[in-house]
Amino acid sequence: MQEPNWQIARKRATLEARARILQQIRAFFIAADFLEIETPQRIPANAPELHIEAIPSADWFLQTSPELCMKRLLAAGYERLFQICRCWRAGERGTRHLPEYSMLEWYRSNTDYQKLMNDCELLLTSLKIDRSLAWQGKDIDLTPPWPRLTVKQAFVQHSQIGLDEALSTDQFETIMTEQIEPGLSSRQPTFLIDYPVEHASLARRKPDDPTVAERFELYIAGLEIANGFSELTDPEEQQKRFTAEEALRRKIGKRPYPCPEPFLKELAALPPSAGIALGIDRLIMLLCDQKIIDDVVSFTPEQL
Amino acid sequence: MYSCSDLKKGLKLLIDGEPHVIVQYDFTKPGKGQALYKCKLRNMITGSLFDRTYRSGESFEPASLDERDMQYLYQDENGYVFMDKKNYEQITLSEETLGDDKYFLIDNMDVEILMYGERGIGISLPNFVNLRVTQADPWVKGDTAAGNNKPATVETGYTLQVPSFVDEGTLIQIDTRTGEYATRVKE
Repeated sequence: MQEPNWQIARKRATLEARARILQQIRAFFIAADFLEIETPQRIPANAPELHIEAIPSADWFLQTSPELCMKRLLAAGYERLFQICRCWRAGERGTRHLPEYSMLEWYRSNTDYQKLMNDCELLLTSLKIDRSLAWQGKDIDLTPPWPRLTVKQAFVQHSQIGLDEALSTDQFETIMTEQIEPGLSSRQPTFLIDYPVEHASLARRKPDDPTVAERFELYIAGLEIANGFSELTDPEEQQKRFTAEEALRRKIGKRPYPCPEPFLKELAALPPSAGIALGIDRLIMLLCDQKIIDDVVSFTPEQL
Repeated sequence: MYSCSDLKKGLKLLIDGEPHVIVQYDFTKPGKGQALYKCKLRNMITGSLFDRTYRSGESFEPASLDERDMQYLYQDENGYVFMDKKNYEQITLSEETLGDDKYFLIDNMDVEILMYGERGIGISLPNFVNLRVTQADPWVKGDTAAGNNKPATVETGYTLQVPSFVDEGTLIQIDTRTGEYATRVKE
């Protein structure tokens, strides 16, 4: 008799926990009067981003995020939306990355990114009501409020060079992973906020400092869990930023992407809004004390 | 030439003219930024270990090494002794050179020795090896869940996670590329 595939069988406890957590997430958003939405996963155009590679599907693409359809719904008057769906990004495979993964996105109109950070605190404390978390030997206190540190401050505190120098010498990501991320607290979640505008192509500029955008990333125990921002609602500026991203893509020889025209057209109707994407698989890693992403999904690409 | 998307554990690259092997690999991508490919590399000649992070767009020269078919004989105070079955010539590889590969050597096993000139600098193992469990907690009666696991040690001293139904004395198959349990071997 063929022995059961133990590499898959041994994930049972985690997959059971995963199912429970997904139900709790849905219950959390439904209780907060959010509408659960499904949007097409195969679309004619994603938002063009320099460092995100979409997977072609016939003459369209698999979505890299549901954000464009979610924002078109906001522009059509839906105020609070959430979606749990699959996203695809070519070439992303590591201990914390899968090329096909699960994303939770939620959106609110008539508010900004500060409100979404409060949502994150509420969501996590609803999933862990004892407000504490142990991940890979680190004890994390989830009691809100969580520190909100600007990217500028983070460079002052944790980097050997300043933010401007890092940007002009193309070292932003390297310093982020090698100096900033390890320097963030491992005892409390941290919001890294206010990213340089060139690292936030769909986010609104901060009114009192137009060099940065109202974007944040949530880190827990060194894991990057979520990315949110106040939405850019100016179609002209959005068009300019897409064009700039496309020009950079062409310059380094990456495939050009079609422009999401209906999104740009309807953006003018978008009220002030904020939206966030949270990696479900990483959240499960955190809540189930799993070190690698392979252990929180039923199948990895290599197991297919 | 290799590109960043070819990088993985076990890949051999030529860096500054010398062969190196990737002993640990991870892909990371901060926020919406550029992808970073983090490698721990071992210089296959000096044995020295170091970390290096590459970014998309970089390319790498493969280290093409000659391979010699040999047989593993035994371990002595200098290291691990292999013999060329055609001319009976013997070479010894140190523990540092073999790294974790030492756990997957069985007496009389056929392996390929990677050569740098006249010098053996590594081995190429079969994908699967069979090793006997020498230490494991006994199976708890009633524990029938197929997914439960426990630590076990095999005859070479290597420790890994195995299903709860694997007892001491069981012959198991291990995937040498991942170091993980694959299945029990029928005897």
